[in-house]
Amino acid sequence: MDLYREIILDHYKPPRNFGELEKPDAKASEYNTTCGDRISIEVRVNASTRQRIDDICFSGVGCAISMASASMLTEKVTGMRLKDVLALGTNDIVNMLGTELTPSRTKCALLPLEVLQKAVLSLQTHNG
Amino acid sequence: MDAIRKDFPILNRRIDGKPLIYLDSTATSLKPQAVLDAMDEYYTLYGANVFRGIYKISEKATLAYEGARERIAKFIGAKEKEEVIFTRGTDESISLLYYSWALPHMGKGDVVVTTIMEHHANFLPWQQLAKTKGVTLKIWNTDANGELNLNDLDTLITRETKLLALTAVSNVLGTINPIQKITRTVKKLNPACLVLVDAAQAAPHMAINVQEWGADFVAFSSHKMLGPTGIGVLWGRRELLEDMPVFNFGGDMIKEVHRDHTVFAGIPYKFEAGTPHISGAIGLGAAVDYLTALGMDAVRKHEVEITSYALKKLSDISGLRIMGPTEASHRGGVIAFTMQGFHPHDIGQILDEDNICIRVGFHCAQPLHEYLSIGATARASFYIYTTKADIDALANGLHKVKKILG
Repeated sequence: MDLYREIILDHYKPPRNFGELEKPDAKASEYNTTCGDRISIEVRVNASTRQRIDDICFSGVGCAISMASASMLTEKVTGMRLKDVLALGTNDIVNMLGTELTPSRTKCALLPLEVLQKAVLSLQTHNG
Repeated sequence: MDAIRKDFPILNRRIDGKPLIYLDSTATSLKPQAVLDAMDEYYTLYGANVFRGIYKISEKATLAYEGARERIAKFIGAKEKEEVIFTRGTDESISLLYYSWALPHMGKGDVVVTTIMEHHANFLPWQQLAKTKGVTLKIWNTDANGELNLNDLDTLITRETKLLALTAVSNVLGTINPIQKITRTVKKLNPACLVLVDAAQAAPHMAINVQEWGADFVAFSSHKMLGPTGIGVLWGRRELLEDMPVFNFGGDMIKEVHRDHTVFAGIPYKFEAGTPHISGAIGLGAAVDYLTALGMDAVRKHEVEITSYALKKLSDISGLRIMGPTEASHRGGVIAFTMQGFHPHDIGQILDEDNICIRVGFHCAQPLHEYLSIGATARASFYIYTTKADIDALANGLHKVKKILG
């Protein structure tokens, strides 16, 4: 298993879409209870349809796996429909990272998706 | 050293062709063949229940179970074996005290004191006591070197303080607390204040004597001292234990049961409901025999040697910050650290590529990490089978982390 392969290291240093949005439509954050790290994600949706992600940023600290996962995820979901974002699961993240993960590291890798889906859900509740 | 390592079959293992560098003995220790054999022998040759049968193998099981209790009592300097209660481990020992001693004895206006360096097992019950019973919880903080200042006791121990619950050795800072001095000071300030010692990190590593300590209760686990998981000990002074109500209900903990009343058994049995962890007690007894044969002074001497070597080796790595006292003589064989710019999870993961096993996270001591204003830490810990070569491998591994992620 080569967890720290090129692509993960590439996204870890420096991560893409790191920072905060000016006027986010939704934001969420979550702790990784095993290390106390916190990841926050902010999204802006398409102004007219409000069905797609137009812009996304993440912030926080974490291990290389969670940081790279967040960075890659922000690239993956830009322009994606909200309902497709909500349909993403463990396999999508594992495939995206392109590496095998042990159960404890899977938690680190999944944290960004968890946070993103929390943000998207809050948006839908608002709209509904 | 080679002879000791030969006693641990797991050290012969190769994973992906590479040997195991086990540096997580603070979490759990490896087990020598003698312990595995003792447990195996019980199940293979006389695996009957204790106390009940009048047939040979049951008698033998009872003898072995009680024999273990006796050797453990001797190992910790207890006055009598009845003061040694088998539990599932340190956590359950302290929980037993919470339910059977603290809840009936403490209420509004009382004070319980614990320290900032406690494992959650010796922190949660007292925090809970404060939340549900209106008891005041006072936390004894450490100084900049990670040590407790005994002068603080003057303000912490008042007439209202009923209990001081503290660890003998921190599982993160490594700090060895001077238990004997502390209990003496406490008893001078308030003779009615009881002292509970969490000895989970002390019993495996140094000679302990509960009577010399002057403690009232002492808790420790088998699996950190070469024994099996799932068993541990609560030691308490006879008069305190006799006075405490039962904890769990079931078999073996009664003298007689009638339709309208029950007479409970005496100590230790009134706290040991149900069929006990017989093989566990026998395994722990074998572990105690193994440690006794080595001699606890020799165990401690090796630990100081390895720890000083590791402290030196690790402080040579730039950006590495070691938690706790700087002197090996003030600390147990555990070193928690951070490495500037590198996440503990990444450190642990990259070390694992070379089968170097360390622990990362909060080590069940989150309040301490908060107090130190740090996130998770990486932790390497040592025991009788740890060699300088293991420490060298760790140092090399940390350089590799820097190379990969730097």
